[in-house]
Amino acid sequence: MGDIVYLHRVSKRYPGGHDALNDVTLTLEQGEMAFLTGHSGAGKSTLLKLIALIERPSRGQVVVNNQNIAQVRRHQVARYRRNVGVIFQNFNLLNDRTVFDNVALPLVIRGETRDTIARRVRAALDTVGLLDKERQYPMVLSGGEQQRVGIARAIVAKPPLILADEPTGNLDPALSAEIMELFQRFNEVGVSLLIATHDVELIRSMPYREIALQSGQVLDRAAAAPFESGGAS
Amino acid sequence: MIAEYFKRHAQTLVFTLGRLYQRPVATGLTVLVIGITLALPAGLHLVIQNINAVGYSWEGTLNASLFLADSTDESRARQIASEIRARESVRGTTYISRQQALEEFQALSGFGEALELLEENPLPAVIVVQFKTTQSPEVIDAVMREISDLPDVVQAKLDHQWLDRLFAILATVQRAAVLIAGLLGVAVVLTVGNTIRLDIENRRDEIVIMKLVGASDAFVRRPFLYTGFWYGLLGGVTALILLGIGVGLMAGPAGQLAALYQSSFVISGLGFGRSLLLLVLGIGLGWFGAAWTVARHLGAIVPR
Repeated sequence: MGDIVYLHRVSKRYPGGHDALNDVTLTLEQGEMAFLTGHSGAGKSTLLKLIALIERPSRGQVVVNNQNIAQVRRHQVARYRRNVGVIFQNFNLLNDRTVFDNVALPLVIRGETRDTIARRVRAALDTVGLLDKERQYPMVLSGGEQQRVGIARAIVAKPPLILADEPTGNLDPALSAEIMELFQRFNEVGVSLLIATHDVELIRSMPYREIALQSGQVLDRAAAAPFESGGAS
Repeated sequence: MIAEYFKRHAQTLVFTLGRLYQRPVATGLTVLVIGITLALPAGLHLVIQNINAVGYSWEGTLNASLFLADSTDESRARQIASEIRARESVRGTTYISRQQALEEFQALSGFGEALELLEENPLPAVIVVQFKTTQSPEVIDAVMREISDLPDVVQAKLDHQWLDRLFAILATVQRAAVLIAGLLGVAVVLTVGNTIRLDIENRRDEIVIMKLVGASDAFVRRPFLYTGFWYGLLGGVTALILLGIGVGLMAGPAGQLAALYQSSFVISGLGFGRSLLLLVLGIGLGWFGAAWTVARHLGAIVPR
């Protein structure tokens, strides 16, 4: 208990021999928000993919929400992913569906009733400030608005953990700051967030832990565990 | 909960129909191909069925010829004829004396002068037996056996050899039709399968996104299966329309042909039961084509 994400000596080698992650051990506490930094190719995306079960580790253990993901079978992956909200750099929205339908997708997948879907989608859109755009299609929205649609989709099913892969990568500084503020607000209500970014400028001013990756390894082992617990476990 | 489940399926059903409607030309062409492919074997079936019906209607007016011994005199012959006429299955008999047979033959054959050279009339007297319609082949066979055993009858000949041949040919064609129907059924499966495969390719990004936000395989599969359902149903309806047009176009000439033979034959369509069967078959093939393609291609699409 206490950790929502726990990686123990995790390595990931892709077919062809490229080592994306090499002996990574880190934890993210329940209710914590932390940044994952490093150059592109440092292994940030791979790490998030392991947690979202898009990839499987070559070695080591990944425990998410007290569940060892090695025990999640292929047909259980879909159910597992519903407990993890993922936000992408390129938004990954369905361009032939309205903002409302995009945000509703995780709830539709869960088989929620129409009333529940309508209520929760509007709540999520309200949170990201897009309530007036629900009938529009993603293509007519600005980049910042599209990313907020993606965020609304990630939070609409109220997952305990949110992963974001370069969420501000395609946005200008002002919009990026807005997005970060949103993340802070989610964190304040108890959601755990792990945010991969290379935008060091943006996050240095924020009071959150930074886990730096370099060539598939955690750069500063002290930062791999929360401040309170002091040092690697 | 169960109501919610059915509601969701109904929504997917309507949703997939809407998606097909958004691409009317592509959908129309695919549906037309499926319709034609389904209409071909069904049309062949109709042709066979109608020829069969004509054959049976002719079998109902079957005649048998009883050739009498030359020693049989006319009064005895008329007695035999009236005895046969008294039978349940016989509609009527006609007695043709040797002299009448000769006159008829002279008039019709063109050998009249040659016959005059013969000293004796070579033709036997004949009783033509007309069976009632709606007699089964077994009854007719039994009657034929009895009357050919009558003492004065030399030979009894049922005039249905050509009908037997017709039915034999039809049976062969029918077998060929089953084979063709099987092949065309495969063609429908392939047509739907290929269309769904393209659909899956076009929606690759969408599928990846759905899987990323936690969609189960069943959830991703469902719209494609329903698309297969719609292709099958719409193809079946198209086939029925094509068959209807075909029967309509054939009705005139077939009626004229029937009139020439004093037949009351009316060309028949599939009827309600078999129309329904065609629709169910179309839906089944469409669904199967979709399921088969989805099983082969959907698993290969995984988030990266």
